[in-house]
Amino acid sequence: MNTANELLATSGTRERWTSLMELATREVFQLMLSSELKAATTEADPSQPVTSMVGLAGELCGVLSVRCEEKAAVQMTCKMLGVPAEKVNAEMPDALGEICNMVAGNFKNKITGLGDGCMLSPPTVISGSDYTTYSIADKPALEIRLLFEGMPLVVSLEIHS
Amino acid sequence: MNSLRALIVDDSSVMRKIVERSLRQAGIDLNQVIEAGNGAEALAVLQEQQVDLILCDINMPVMDGLEFIKQLREVEKAKGVLVIMITTEGSEAHVVQALSCGARGYIRKPFTPEQVKTQVIPALAGKS
Repeated sequence: MNTANELLATSGTRERWTSLMELATREVFQLMLSSELKAATTEADPSQPVTSMVGLAGELCGVLSVRCEEKAAVQMTCKMLGVPAEKVNAEMPDALGEICNMVAGNFKNKITGLGDGCMLSPPTVISGSDYTTYSIADKPALEIRLLFEGMPLVVSLEIHS
Repeated sequence: MNSLRALIVDDSSVMRKIVERSLRQAGIDLNQVIEAGNGAEALAVLQEQQVDLILCDINMPVMDGLEFIKQLREVEKAKGVLVIMITTEGSEAHVVQALSCGARGYIRKPFTPEQVKTQVIPALAGKS
């Protein structure tokens, strides 16, 4: 099988994978949160962000991340658990981690050959924006921008190999 | 269908709550729900208690779901217990491996309560 970077270099693959990532994200929100994501109308980044990351290893090596405002993450947790916002405390990072995990799993299962040959790491959740990441990826990440209840949601896949 | 005791094994407490809610929404009468954060914790529970139904994730720290269902066969109190996997691992290889280790159903995350119902109810009916 070709490496992920070789596949991405072929015509149309980048666009197809971006579409599949959006489909995978929309399905997770529809099925687990009963929420329809809308297309983002601006490139605005989430303020006071929370970021969940899941590593992929095997046929595709990289990091898939889901980034949103803390307020949005709390609202996602409410929808997943069916509880009001005042009852959400420690569950928020767990919920956002699971969303990221399901988006990554759903995405890889949509790409022929990746389901068997790609492992997912447990999610890591970072709160705040005062951090710097260093990447070995030599190509720009695949990125989609959507709106969850009017708040920005950014999903990106940085591919290392 | 009698009231059931269920063991839900997942490293995410949020997912354990969602699985329990999905079982109840599927109309499954639960009189007890026990939670475990990984396969090792679940095996420890099963040394002490009997359950009728186990819903189990695959990717977990300490002991994953596939190793758990392999070791489950050696647990006297768990003989004949119904095991359904609920996981993001959707590959055919994982499904085949889980079913060959004794799982009776396989639900891919993300899922709906209806999918839980479709997998669990017939499996429970076949068991009784």
